[in-house]
Amino acid sequence: MARFEFYGAKGLPDVNLDELKGKLIVIEGTDGVGRSTHIGLLKRWLENNGHAVLDTGMTRSALAGEGLKAAKEGHTLGWITMTLFYATDFADRLENEMIPALRAGFIVLTDRYIFSLMARALVRGADPEWIRQVYEFALKPDVIIYLRVKIEDLITRVIQNVGFNYWESGMDLHLGEDMYESFVEYQSRLLREFDNMAGQYNFQVIETSPSIEEVFEQVKRSVEPLLQLPHLRSRVGT
Amino acid sequence: MTPIMKMYGKHRFPGKLFIVEGIDGSGKSTQIALLQKWLESEGYVTFFSEWNSSPLVRGVTRRGKKKRMLTPTTFSLIHATDFADRTEHHIMPPLKSGALVLADRYIYTAFARDVARGVDARWVRSLYQFAVKPTLGFYFRISLDEAMKRILGGRDALKYYEAGMDLRLSDDIEESFRLFQSRIIDEYEKMVAEFALIVIDASLSIEEQQAQMRQIVSEALTGAKKIRIRKWLDLSSMVQRDSRM
Repeated sequence: MARFEFYGAKGLPDVNLDELKGKLIVIEGTDGVGRSTHIGLLKRWLENNGHAVLDTGMTRSALAGEGLKAAKEGHTLGWITMTLFYATDFADRLENEMIPALRAGFIVLTDRYIFSLMARALVRGADPEWIRQVYEFALKPDVIIYLRVKIEDLITRVIQNVGFNYWESGMDLHLGEDMYESFVEYQSRLLREFDNMAGQYNFQVIETSPSIEEVFEQVKRSVEPLLQLPHLRSRVGT
Repeated sequence: MTPIMKMYGKHRFPGKLFIVEGIDGSGKSTQIALLQKWLESEGYVTFFSEWNSSPLVRGVTRRGKKKRMLTPTTFSLIHATDFADRTEHHIMPPLKSGALVLADRYIYTAFARDVARGVDARWVRSLYQFAVKPTLGFYFRISLDEAMKRILGGRDALKYYEAGMDLRLSDDIEESFRLFQSRIIDEYEKMVAEFALIVIDASLSIEEQQAQMRQIVSEALTGAKKIRIRKWLDLSSMVQRDSRM
């Protein structure tokens, strides 16, 4: 039996799930939560243990990447259009990066997956049933690690690191007087959506803390069960 | 509070939406153009919704096609994106204003084409749930042979995706086009009952088809908005008034 399933009954046409031998690991979380730090650490750790890793997520797709970038700069597209544009971009990356790597037996480590995209659409008023159906073509990951942060901690981190930007502050939603108020309200709403999804999609929730080492220990623990090779495990047992 | 999205069949607009569907060569574009002429001459505010979505989305679609980067799923999604832009910018605003909006091809084109391409029928329908349900949808039924006679020769070379060449149905583009179009016809026929499309026999004369359309549309026009100043009538009365002064 195939290891992988799609979220929907049908999923992507032309993909034979039996061929997918690799593992799909997702790191999710809002902006500024330290996802890329942990992806970097996890990648190195996995490679040291002999696994081939493809990390993806930071770059946009070959198909829609440029268009999306321009769309974000122009602010001219409506949110339903943006939602589907992101879905197109994700589908292109899934079909052209992740699936070929899974076929080749890689561990695919992705910085964000459909959940960030769904959360963004939901806070803009998307119908929950609709957005769930849009992403039915996505593969169910082996594990979804959700780096959870309290809104207070998030604010300090963002101010320290990068400052507020238009999209991360949800400025298109006109939620507050200024970027700070808008950021707080927008990110709080996003966190609420992530919390709602955590149970529904079986997230491994990890509370972030100032200690990167502590958090990474938990990240490793979430991933370890996937890495046991059956024949080695029995040998370890004896 | 962020407004919750309205779904297919749930929008309430003062305007009305009339759409035509059918394969290339069915004559639907001629018919909707004639319908618009008539509605305008009757004094209604009309708006023709073309596929003029933002250059941004169009650029991505065009590049994807040119470089043959599209799979059935991304083909479906980029067209849904394009259609969302059209809905948000060119369909909803005129409907809100009370205009009669006319569209040459609508979501049913995507359903027929994408399912013919192997995409799950239920999934593609769910993608387009944001679309406004048309007041009336006309389907121009024509045999494949008749449609082929009308388009081949009259047009330049068939395009790769249009002919369904990505499906590898045949190496011959004309044969591929024929096979792909016949799948599309099958999908349209299934949708006639599902979406209550009004079937027009596209083998009838242009005049007969248009008369049928006007009859059906006229029954759906109650409450539709008219321009107060009728171009030629009011002009002539103004001239008369002027001459009296």
